[in-house]
Amino acid sequence: MDNSRYEIRISGSGGQGIIIAGIILAEAAGIYDGKYVCQTQSYGPEARGGSSKAEVVVSDDPIDYPKAMKPDLLLAMTQKACDAYIFDLKPGGILMVDSTHVKQLPTTRAIALPFTQMARERTGKEMMANIIALGTLVAITGIVSLRSLEAAVMSRVPKGTEELNKKALEAGIEAAKGITDKAQEIGMEFYESIADE
Amino acid sequence: MLLQGNEAIVEGAIAAGCRFFAGYPITPATEISEVMSYRLPAVDGTFIQMEDEIASMGAIIGASLAGTKSMTATSGPGFSLMQENLGFACIAEVPCVIVNVMRGGPSTGIPTQVSQGDVMQARWGTHGDHPIIVLSVSTTQDCFSITVKAFNLAEKYRTPVIILADEVVAHTREKIFLPHPGEVEIIDRIRPNMPPDWYIPYEDTSRGVPPMAAFGEGYRYHVTGLVHDSRGFPTQRPDEVKGLMSRLFRKINQHFFDIQMVEEEATEDAEILTVAYGSVARSARRATREARHRGIKAGMVQLVTLWPFPRQILEPKLRKLRAVLVPELNVGQISREVKRINQGVTRVETLNRIDGNLITPAEILSRLMKM
Amino acid sequence: MAEVTKLIHKYLRHDKKFPHVWCPGCGNGILLGALIRAIDRTHLEKDEIVIVSGIGCSGRLSVYVDFNTLHTTHGRALTFATGVKLANPKLQVIVIMGDGDATAIGGNHFIHAARRNLNLTAIVVNNSIYGMTGGQYSPTTPYGSLATTSLHGNIEQAFSIAELAAMAGASMVSRGTVYHTSLLDELLEKAIHKRGFSVVEVISHCHTQYGRRNKMGNAADMLLWQKKSAVRIEKARTMSDEEMQDKFSIGVLVDRELPVYTQEYRKVREMAKKAMTQMR
Repeated sequence: MDNSRYEIRISGSGGQGIIIAGIILAEAAGIYDGKYVCQTQSYGPEARGGSSKAEVVVSDDPIDYPKAMKPDLLLAMTQKACDAYIFDLKPGGILMVDSTHVKQLPTTRAIALPFTQMARERTGKEMMANIIALGTLVAITGIVSLRSLEAAVMSRVPKGTEELNKKALEAGIEAAKGITDKAQEIGMEFYESIADE
Repeated sequence: MLLQGNEAIVEGAIAAGCRFFAGYPITPATEISEVMSYRLPAVDGTFIQMEDEIASMGAIIGASLAGTKSMTATSGPGFSLMQENLGFACIAEVPCVIVNVMRGGPSTGIPTQVSQGDVMQARWGTHGDHPIIVLSVSTTQDCFSITVKAFNLAEKYRTPVIILADEVVAHTREKIFLPHPGEVEIIDRIRPNMPPDWYIPYEDTSRGVPPMAAFGEGYRYHVTGLVHDSRGFPTQRPDEVKGLMSRLFRKINQHFFDIQMVEEEATEDAEILTVAYGSVARSARRATREARHRGIKAGMVQLVTLWPFPRQILEPKLRKLRAVLVPELNVGQISREVKRINQGVTRVETLNRIDGNLITPAEILSRLMKM
Repeated sequence: MAEVTKLIHKYLRHDKKFPHVWCPGCGNGILLGALIRAIDRTHLEKDEIVIVSGIGCSGRLSVYVDFNTLHTTHGRALTFATGVKLANPKLQVIVIMGDGDATAIGGNHFIHAARRNLNLTAIVVNNSIYGMTGGQYSPTTPYGSLATTSLHGNIEQAFSIAELAAMAGASMVSRGTVYHTSLLDELLEKAIHKRGFSVVEVISHCHTQYGRRNKMGNAADMLLWQKKSAVRIEKARTMSDEEMQDKFSIGVLVDRELPVYTQEYRKVREMAKKAMTQMR
């Protein structure tokens, strides 16, 4: 069946920019990379603070089931999201967490970066954590090209914040590079096959 | 182009010629209002946010009578409020389109979660005997093309058409190919061409659908929610009452083959069949493919038209099957219909989920494997 | 031919739908006369006029007049009228409602239509009772009055329809009675000409369901009650609250210029078009 199907779940709490991150990733894949893509979301009634989840399914073929069945990658921006969704992750799938908020990792096979802290330090705005995380996510998985990601980010962010967002993306990509280098050193392989594609 | 289902519904409506929208904010249908509010005025159409859904339904009927294709969109609680004037549109034969993005109910229910609980309400929600056309959508592409189809049927048969979407379809952002304006088939209501004195607004024609004049065109006639004679005036004469009611049903019944639409997947040699609609049809499609992959002779029929129920299409298939599975996000609304037409011919199984989440392909597949 | 016969021939569906459903002596017939006289004075074409009515005795008025007529559901006449007007702003839309129709079941639509200020004419026939269903108390039934659902006297306070419309933002608000017919002709004509939402509250009577039960006599007695109780607004403004006790003012109560919805919406269209071209 559709072997190119790749499922990503981005999760956290309302106000962290979870859904917009999903939309940007979907537009990068669908509009700029020309792939088939489905982006779905679920959210509570709160505009801020409730749980929030976005899923992106990318494929070379038309997509039947629009949601993630067994995510190939889970990005958790809060401890609660990490605890709730870790069991859905595909065996051998990638767990990425924001270590600013996720203090207890359910597995050692995880990419833990302090996205929120990085956002605070590098851009002065915590709300940029989602863009940093997207940069890391794409740099590691290669699910869309970095150029497409940048184009998708630029078309979605408010006018006047382009530079800040570019800076955030770069921070994320840079952090990913550190991780892949380190992984190669210690011989971790689980994401390499994807990064090579 | 990447669009949400709700946005694609707007594009479909505008492509079909919709130039009037009245609505009231409600999750998960609000994006339809939001996009309409800036898309319609840009094409010389009109958007208005009314004080409630009763008013929205009234306004779209008024606009349609004035000659403009019109639409409203809502979810369960608002759909309940619309039932009163929906009946008016049925009896006065006013073309219009109502979108119900289904969410969990009853009452306020689970506003942000998916459901298919309004299938029977769409059929029988307004009081009194009446025919109705109800279509369902399953992909973003459907949201465009089925909305166009809904307007075409509404105009062709002078009837309200309900589109049942659901939270998953409405909020899935997905690739969509929008046809060029010239490539879309658009049907407009038949207008009278006789002198005004000869115009009989509710005349019994062979098609059952009388021509419809717009207010202000010179055909001054009466429109009412009361049972009326062929001139539109209230009547209680049994022959006239029966005449109107029979024609309302006949105009839909005699065009079943035009109205009833399904999509089929691997049905030719299927021994077990899944009958699904809306977002669940996507799960069913994947499950069917996976089942075939495992050598199970599974097929699926996706219902595009829910009402009138596509009996003529489904009935002959049932005779050739070992079993039928009807997965839906309610306790069994379409499965009742399948059982009704099945009349013991084959085994009908149900798969129901009412926890606010979509039935997964895995759930359907595991059932297919046991059948 | 007498003037009245000419008007009947021109404006009524006299060959189709008479006799009407109203009781002998009903105020609705007087209003119907005033309405066609007012319309005749405006020189509008019959094809340009849409009469939208609700449910109740007054709702049947639309059946009898030779315009584009729309007899809607109970309380919802203004919502249908909103759609008609917005779809074709060239049409002159006149809405006829009863007191229960406009201010009970349709109360929400009434205040929002006034607030929205569409160019509509809303005529509310106020006979203080639900007549067609057999005399139940309405939002304008006076405190203490008898009705089939208040056998021991109504314990609710009544709405003042005209004041409600004024507070909700109508451009023009008038009150007349079916006794003061020439004033009523004048008020209706002004309301049709007015740009913006204009309301005419027409004090009428239901001798069958209200007068009989409340010992107010026959139709003629109730017309005389209107004569006695109505005070011209010009005079009413000089009178004290005590003097106005048990009386009501008639005439044009409010006349002001407010932004009209269709005009405002034209701006929305221009801005939306500009925004669209910029997006491309």
